[in-house]
Amino acid sequence: MATKEIIRLENIRRNFIVGNETVHALRGVSFTINAGEFVTIMGTSGSGKSTLLNILGCLDTPTSGEYYLDGIPVRSMGKNERSVLRNRKIGFVFQSYNLLPKTTALENVELPLMYNSAISARERHELASRALDAVGLAERKNHKSNQMSGGQQQRVAIARALVNDPVIILADEATGNLDTRTSFEILVLFQELHDRGRTIIFVTHNPELSAYSSRNIVLRDGKIISDTPNDHPASALEMLKKLPVESD
Amino acid sequence: MNLTNLTKIALKALNNNKMRCFLTMLGIIIGVASVITMLAIGQGSKRSIRAQIAEMGSNMIMIHPGNMERGGVRQDASSMQTLKLNDYQDILDGTEYVSACSPSVSSSGQFIYGANNYPSTIYGVTEDYLEIRKFSIDEGSMFTPQDVLTSAKVCLVGQTIIDNLFPNGENPIGKVIRFNKIPLKIVGTLTPKGYNSMGMDQDDMVLAPYTTVQKRVLAITYLQGIFCSALTEELTPQAINEITQILRKNHKIKEGEDDDFEIRSQEEMSSMMSSTTDMMTILLACIAGISLLVGGIGIMNIMYVSVTERTREIGLRMSIGARGIDILAQFLIEAVLISVTGGIIGVLLGVGASMVVNLVFNWPVYIQAYSVILSFFVCTITGIFFGWYPARKAANLDPIEAIRYE
Repeated sequence: MATKEIIRLENIRRNFIVGNETVHALRGVSFTINAGEFVTIMGTSGSGKSTLLNILGCLDTPTSGEYYLDGIPVRSMGKNERSVLRNRKIGFVFQSYNLLPKTTALENVELPLMYNSAISARERHELASRALDAVGLAERKNHKSNQMSGGQQQRVAIARALVNDPVIILADEATGNLDTRTSFEILVLFQELHDRGRTIIFVTHNPELSAYSSRNIVLRDGKIISDTPNDHPASALEMLKKLPVESD
Repeated sequence: MNLTNLTKIALKALNNNKMRCFLTMLGIIIGVASVITMLAIGQGSKRSIRAQIAEMGSNMIMIHPGNMERGGVRQDASSMQTLKLNDYQDILDGTEYVSACSPSVSSSGQFIYGANNYPSTIYGVTEDYLEIRKFSIDEGSMFTPQDVLTSAKVCLVGQTIIDNLFPNGENPIGKVIRFNKIPLKIVGTLTPKGYNSMGMDQDDMVLAPYTTVQKRVLAITYLQGIFCSALTEELTPQAINEITQILRKNHKIKEGEDDDFEIRSQEEMSSMMSSTTDMMTILLACIAGISLLVGGIGIMNIMYVSVTERTREIGLRMSIGARGIDILAQFLIEAVLISVTGGIIGVLLGVGASMVVNLVFNWPVYIQAYSVILSFFVCTITGIFFGWYPARKAANLDPIEAIRYE
């Protein structure tokens, strides 16, 4: 298994000033994530997981501590540099999909590449098409986002996260808006991607999901309270088969 | 980052909101169309007035004796006898910018032919007068320099005179009419010119050699006026300058004293007329410009709403790698696309409306290239100007908050 270090957090702290009070959202978080890991980050609301996700996603910078993404120190980077970094290294999957309305699946997936002038229109088309194939939406490339079910929309969002061939995929409650069956379908997809060597960080408050990842980090009050590898993740596919088929 | 991609993104966004887009454009369309139509009407009337003035000889200069005081009594200008023949000669010989010059003496009275008579004015001039006043000979010929020298009893008549003295359609050439008991032989007729812009009948006149009018009709030696032509309309001020120098010298007017003559030019009148129409044009353009401004504010308004409405989209774009400048550019391009498209439609509409005005109301219109280019340019500026603030607002959003915006 590859042991390339993708993420290194060194004593990350993040403070917010709310009125006269300083809120310590993260109080010294350190860990490293290697290529090929499927990490779930858990915590109740207020545990600092959203803040951690923002920092991991280069949307926010830590108050102190250092964050290396693929060997690049992020803390000292400017806004624009971080934008470019996100564009090249990170794929985001959000709880509420965040697809552009009235826009086809293909165009939605192409979007990250639109902000990379090194990629030609043809390449962009091809890469987006391939990403949609990879999430099992080969047949729905030209469907508009509002004509698709939640599960399909989330697949499009995952394809969009894959299209720039990122070093890491950051999923934020990616199954939060979906019913159980569709949630498992999406989990199956994440596991497949993991099997193909993708590095995934899945942030959730749902403790059940830790069974399907290869490592589980739990946050509480801005600190890591447990960091346990899971050498035998359960198969989401088997769970999906066990689920009663809905009859309607 | 990549202008082509950003334009594609902007186009896509506009395409998703066709109706709103069109309504926003409407402000610009109406603004531009009205600017163009108003300027076309303004320019059209200015041109038609200029054309009328040019018909009367736009480079014409008229010299009359000025009114003077004699022992505290103000004298009527026409009673002055200060303009002499040598003034005319000196203007003729000593100027560079004067192309034609004719003395002028006139007398009003009754013209008689057979049983018909008609009151009119006889103008005593030289051959140059035709050129100065832009008259032309319809039939027959002009009197000759020889006629002027010999005070020959010949004349030219205008259409109104012909209509009144020869009501039966006789050929007036060669006929002898009488004025103050002086028989005058008609040697030619003037091409009808109709009424001028002041409502004066330009065909109601008889032309004769000035010597004839001076000696045989009025029995005077001075001139009532001198008519000149500057080389071109633009050279009129120079010509006036020359004439003033000559006349002041001839009349021995000392430095600092007022002229004892008055020089007026058609150019003066034409610029006065133009300034009136210019004023109208500016007024019309201002009204139209205000509607363009209102259109621009419409763009700003819509862009502002659009930014708020699309906060999540902006957050998403930022999280997948759009920089602030990309977002700024996208929204600016959207605003400019709206205004430029509106501008193009407005130009077409404005040109169309001008033509309709021309056809239906028969108003003279003239569409100047500069008005089209100007309003197009103003449109683009409007788009950038009014798009800037909303676009900046979009670019400065915090992606973390924007992506979770409800």
